[in-house]
Amino acid sequence: MSKTDHQVHPSDHGHGHDHEMNFWSKYIFPLDHKMIGLQYLWTGLFMALVGGFFAYVFRMQLAFPGESVPGFGHVSPASYNALITNHGTIMIFWVAMPMLVAAFGNILIPLMIGCDDMVFPRLNRLSYQIFFISTVLLFVGFFVPGGAFGGAWTSYPPLSARAEYNLTPWGASIWLLAVALEIVAFLLGGINFITTTMNSRAPGMKMMDIPIVVWMINIAVVLFMFSVGPLVAGAVMLLFDQTIGTSFFVPSGGGDPVLWQHLFWFFGHPEVYVILLPEMGIVAEIITVFSRKKLFGYKMIVYTTFMVGILSMIVWAHHQFIAGIDPRMASIFSFTTILISIPIAVIFFAYIATLYGGSIEFKVPMLWALGMIAEFLLGGVTGIYLGASALDVYFHDNTFVVAHFHYTLIPVVFFGGFAGITYWYPKMFGKMMSETLGKLHFWGTTIFFNGIFIPLFFLGLAGQHRRIYDYRNFPDLAGMQDLRIFATMCLIGLLISQIPFIINFVRSIKNGEDAGKNPWKANTLEWITASPPPHGNFAEMPTVYRGPYEYSVPGRKEDFWPQNQPS
Amino acid sequence: MNIFPVSASTFSGDIDGLFWLVTTLVGFWFILSELLLFYLIFRFRRKKGVKAQYIAGESRKEMAWIFVPLFFVILCDISIDLRTHSVWQKIKETLPQATEKVRVIGQQWTWVFVHPGPDGVLDTSDDIETVNELHVKVNTTTHYELQSRDVLHNFSVPVFRLKQDAIPGRAITGWFEATQTGEYDIQCAEMCGIGHGLMGARIFIDTQEQYETWMAQEIQKQQNYVASK
Ligand code: HEM
Ligand SMILES: [Cu+2]
Ligand SMILES: [Cu+2]
Repeated sequence: MSKTDHQVHPSDHGHGHDHEMNFWSKYIFPLDHKMIGLQYLWTGLFMALVGGFFAYVFRMQLAFPGESVPGFGHVSPASYNALITNHGTIMIFWVAMPMLVAAFGNILIPLMIGCDDMVFPRLNRLSYQIFFISTVLLFVGFFVPGGAFGGAWTSYPPLSARAEYNLTPWGASIWLLAVALEIVAFLLGGINFITTTMNSRAPGMKMMDIPIVVWMINIAVVLFMFSVGPLVAGAVMLLFDQTIGTSFFVPSGGGDPVLWQHLFWFFGHPEVYVILLPEMGIVAEIITVFSRKKLFGYKMIVYTTFMVGILSMIVWAHHQFIAGIDPRMASIFSFTTILISIPIAVIFFAYIATLYGGSIEFKVPMLWALGMIAEFLLGGVTGIYLGASALDVYFHDNTFVVAHFHYTLIPVVFFGGFAGITYWYPKMFGKMMSETLGKLHFWGTTIFFNGIFIPLFFLGLAGQHRRIYDYRNFPDLAGMQDLRIFATMCLIGLLISQIPFIINFVRSIKNGEDAGKNPWKANTLEWITASPPPHGNFAEMPTVYRGPYEYSVPGRKEDFWPQNQPS
Repeated sequence: MNIFPVSASTFSGDIDGLFWLVTTLVGFWFILSELLLFYLIFRFRRKKGVKAQYIAGESRKEMAWIFVPLFFVILCDISIDLRTHSVWQKIKETLPQATEKVRVIGQQWTWVFVHPGPDGVLDTSDDIETVNELHVKVNTTTHYELQSRDVLHNFSVPVFRLKQDAIPGRAITGWFEATQTGEYDIQCAEMCGIGHGLMGARIFIDTQEQYETWMAQEIQKQQNYVASK
């Protein structure tokens, strides 16, 4: 790859003025990709607490209906709906996206491909600023007349389109605007990821030398870009329906509510892969390092990931099997949906095969990575039930679905997120985290997570529907309250289990052991520079001689072989 | 604990059967993968002096470890697809001849049911309209015509394993045939606003005699109402 100008002259966009930077330009309006990545990370972690708090409130309501929730108060039907809606919205758009895609993408891409920064640093900063504004806007939505939007994160019209139906004249529009702005922010950020990966790789780094996590983040971003267009168009139409009385989605004015569902799910389904892929990349990096193994079938994984991306765009209508569209289309979408199990199975088989013959060390990042594989498997296989159209007739909008998608999303977002944070923490802050606190965090989270969602599968099988704030209204469901209480208690356990992490994260920044450049003895380029890396990343720009996963190469004394080391 | 509620329609058994088919097939793969994962983790944990092996996973022989199991996964996928297709055809694509008809209307946040009166025809003056109470006859093929007056709702009868969105501006026809008498929940399964959590109704699956008794009562009620005006 050719060296681009800005690599040779890092000072072109301000890096040269390192010593002059004050607090303001370093932390609030940074141009440095690592700092922007950290801004996304902080925001994502903060929003995870908010989303988690919402889950606590609505789960308390389900366990003890009608009673006042400590720390919140009485949960009315309107606030229940607003809580679940914003819980979902926040977790997808304000936790998963900023943490997995934006934070890791920003922090890792330039470091792992061996360049000094993103190609467009100012655009990068703008991306975070727009994201920040969208975050503020989302909160504003809670304090307007009529309260926050409660029409579910899918926001189906006509409910979402008319204030007379949703009773949140301001909330609905502000919510929609916040989501739309958030999408704009990620589009801007994504442009940077792809351009940087394609143009700024260190000399010698061929396409098949790119670390898998960088591949997967890029594929995720491309997928996001291809799928999000229709949603943005839909959002504008919906905003018009809400505010100036058009009827794109309102039948009484000649519109079609099902059209929104197509636009939404054409984006919404690929979106779960946008979240999944970066995290699959993170897990791959970690299992190779901690088992000292080459990644099994690296090239095959890259090609297969492209296939996942393409397939994910032709499955959307499995969310609409019973939405009043022609029933004959169901079998086609059922088929494509179940087809997706094939590439995903390939990738997971390859991960499991990577462990074979390894020398596995159970450091905290590895625990999270292995935990992610073990837990995600259950999320993956339960997806087959829902892809089967005839079974979806029973499971649609049932808590079986809720359990299924949390078994995919929580391993992805939290297990994968914690794997990444604990693995790259030494690089980000130059210090090691505590292993003991880390293990406490891991086991607490794992046990309680299963305790929350296993009951939801069984409640779903018994016919319990979701988005219902008080099951006493349904005589056939009024029983089984014990299971609901059990799930809620486990949620409280899960939240408490995050305390060791918070302590660990904050304390280690100051008190952790010094990490040095390469504490895990890993091969990829981020580990050849100082921890934390200076502005411009590398004292001397690296040259790449080999792929990223040459661990335990026969005939070498060291069991790792950094990408930049000449033979 | 019985994991499914009562099975009370002619197709609920098909759906439960499909569930068990999927459970068997994916359960096998799930357990196998978990066992393998835990075996490998345990077997290859770090031991002093034992170096990891160098396996690229790029030769044909090595790839066979992925593609042979994959082949069997695909076979499982196909059998699920085929079974799903046939059950789906039965419950959603075909519309058997109806003996009875009923209209179901969702609105924020109640269900309105229009039963044909003694003449057995909808949209005549003897129609019986009820709120949150649906009466159907056991062992009778019934067509429902589903409508909505405002937003999306979803007509869900768990004991029938039946679910269908109601869409304003459209009338969607579907069917069921109850196989067992009793009184069960109807739920709204599509977020429809503040009262969504309240939007329940009850379905009464009656014998012919029960149904007639109920209808006579309803007619009486209507006449009393008219007389009182
Ligand atoms: C802290 C752990 C979590 C708990 C206990 C939890 C619990 C729940 C429950 C019980 C519901 C269903 C509410 C209902 O339908 O009545 C729900 C909805 C949802 N959750 Fe979570 N959740 C958690 C984390 C997450 C994460 C990490 C994500 C995604 C990254 C997520 C995404 C969603 C979405 C998209 C919905 C659907 C919201 C809607 O119906 O509009 N949740 N959550
Ligand atoms: Cu409803
Ligand atoms: Cu509803």
